[in-house]
Amino acid sequence: MRWRALLYQAVLLAAVGLVVWYLLANTLDNLRARNIATGFGFLGDEAGFAIGESMVAYTPADTYGRALWVGVLNTLRVAAVGIVGATLLGTLLGIARLSHNWLVSAAAGTYIETMRNIPLLLQLFFWYALITESTPGPRQALNPLPGVFLSNRGLAIPWLEGGAPGITVLIVLLAMAVCVVLYRRAVRDQSTEAYLAVRMLPVLLMSVALLTAWWAGGPMQWQVPQLKGFNFQGGLTLSPEFVALLVGLVLYTSAFVAEVVRSGIQAIGSGQWNAARALGLAPRQVLRLVVLPQALRVIVPPMTSQYLNLTKNSSLAVAIGYPDIVSIANTTLNQTGQAIEGIMVIMAAYLTVSLSISVLMNWYNRRIALVER
Amino acid sequence: MAGHTTAAYPHTALKSWPARLAASLFGSPLNAVLTVLLVWLLFMAVPAALEWLLFDAAFDAADAQECRSVSGACWAFVAHKHRLILLGIYPYDEQWRPLLASVILVAVIVCSCIRRFQRRWLAGVWLIGLAAAGILMWGGVFGLVPVENRLWGGLPLTLMLATFGVAGAFPLGVLLALGRRSELPAIKAVCVVYIELIRGVPLISLLFMSSVMLPLFLPEGVGIDKLLRAQIAIIMFAAAYIAETVRGGLQAIPKGQYEGAASLGLGYWQTMGTVILPQALTVVIGPLVGIFISLFKDTSLVMIIGIFDLTQAAKVAISDPQWQGFSAEAYVFIGAIYFVFCFAMSRYSRWLELSRRTESTR
Repeated sequence: MRWRALLYQAVLLAAVGLVVWYLLANTLDNLRARNIATGFGFLGDEAGFAIGESMVAYTPADTYGRALWVGVLNTLRVAAVGIVGATLLGTLLGIARLSHNWLVSAAAGTYIETMRNIPLLLQLFFWYALITESTPGPRQALNPLPGVFLSNRGLAIPWLEGGAPGITVLIVLLAMAVCVVLYRRAVRDQSTEAYLAVRMLPVLLMSVALLTAWWAGGPMQWQVPQLKGFNFQGGLTLSPEFVALLVGLVLYTSAFVAEVVRSGIQAIGSGQWNAARALGLAPRQVLRLVVLPQALRVIVPPMTSQYLNLTKNSSLAVAIGYPDIVSIANTTLNQTGQAIEGIMVIMAAYLTVSLSISVLMNWYNRRIALVER
Repeated sequence: MAGHTTAAYPHTALKSWPARLAASLFGSPLNAVLTVLLVWLLFMAVPAALEWLLFDAAFDAADAQECRSVSGACWAFVAHKHRLILLGIYPYDEQWRPLLASVILVAVIVCSCIRRFQRRWLAGVWLIGLAAAGILMWGGVFGLVPVENRLWGGLPLTLMLATFGVAGAFPLGVLLALGRRSELPAIKAVCVVYIELIRGVPLISLLFMSSVMLPLFLPEGVGIDKLLRAQIAIIMFAAAYIAETVRGGLQAIPKGQYEGAASLGLGYWQTMGTVILPQALTVVIGPLVGIFISLFKDTSLVMIIGIFDLTQAAKVAISDPQWQGFSAEAYVFIGAIYFVFCFAMSRYSRWLELSRRTESTR
């Protein structure tokens, strides 16, 4: 029996090895025949193509390596904003789906079923066509809220400018870390005064942090977009591609998040609701103190996979021309012919993000999991 | 958010339905505000949507110029292009073939949903159905004119990618799930690495891989055509997800079943094939339908590598310079097609779960 087990495994490993060797040999032959050098040396060469939007300075004279880094940042940007948006909207929808109000529940249900049953790619095309074809030019831009302009050039919104953004973010993050540490200590010691003090602390620390940042980097100003010539100046202008991708990802994923939240809340038995109410807790307290902490345990694992799906789905950016990592790697491999390296860059980028999100969520999951005897 | 169980409104059970509806819509101040808000929203949106979709729409305009004079949708555009969108550029006189192939594929899927048919011989039904659909599309036998697969397109192609995809991915996924649960470390490791790698990357990267890397993998002169490569990528992708779902089913089978099978002297494959898998698969039919829905939606991604599926067909129809500016109509049209298929499957999955729950409580 043991020998047979060993034999099976040896056969499988040999087969896998043989296939890999066969493919590798063919690939090397083909590459030699086409005069393509292997390796990542091309990363240092000049890219020579422009990228529509970038969070770091980039010109066509920069290297392929830098272009790919721009792509990674663009992917992270749309994924991060998308995850926050999908969580907020999805949670609201999930709660609405369970509402006693028949109309609210039916409306949420219709939304969820519609979004879940139409391919995301199609939805992206739809939003992109809507923004680029059906909205007016900058001069007649739609102005739904004061300071917000929607035109076929994208979405212009007010934004903080000036100051030192790097330092500001750093100080705010530090202040948040201090708050979290103090909060955890207060919870551990179960002292009411400390708990109350900690609840005041974030506002105080944030103001101190913002003031220091302001002092370090000069005045920060709230810039409202203004129409100058043919486009908007000032504020933050989001490209039509980014807006279409973000709207598509958020609306699509929120339907799945809603289902996760709904089933999480439904997993809490009615006994928990009744017992909490019998203790005299107000409805909001019932939700916050009794139901949500238990529901979170059910919600976190499927929510993780929704976050991962959103990140992976952001690769559909390539279809509407948002310069994410897939799009830029695709351009790179078309220009250099380094197909294998290009695909490996894409896969490595997504695997890194996927694995880090699941590590982070697993850590969070362990923290809130029920500690059993 | 006031109260989530019916116990919050014990009196509602006694009232007539208009009173119940009123309590549901205006039971608390928050509910009343929400109701008013939603009614206002619907009042703004529904008439406008209906006007665009139906009342102001042009159904039988002769050309784009006539369409542009109305404020609603231009369904004449869809009527004009429906053959291209639905069947692609398949030779006009032979278009009954992809149509019949689609009917066969849908029939196979419907058969699989009927519980009486969920037996071993269902695999035979699939084999015959897929073979028949393939023969109809390819031609070359029984007096059918051969049609190259670069001429295939539209809904039949989408259906083929999905059904052939699930037919290939299902056995592979089951094997991977068994491998992941295996006690042999090397087999387990290979399966875990495969599943996690595939699940960690987006489908589009696999499609790119199939379109640019696969040609490099094969010896010179050996080429696989583009459609088959995309199909392989879809199968490889879906198999990893099916494997994880089936693993969930395997984990739900109590240890006693394995021990019972072992005490009867059954070997590994007999145990799995006759005792464990039939039970495990029954448990996960619902989630498997969910995977099939995602697979069906994901086939739209093949248009990115230039395959003429339903989505690509709509894009091509839009790009006709004579009919420019009607993309919304085309997207709504194919969106409705995708929706009908996916919604039907998700209803089936919901019904399956409910009927199972009532069975287990009986």
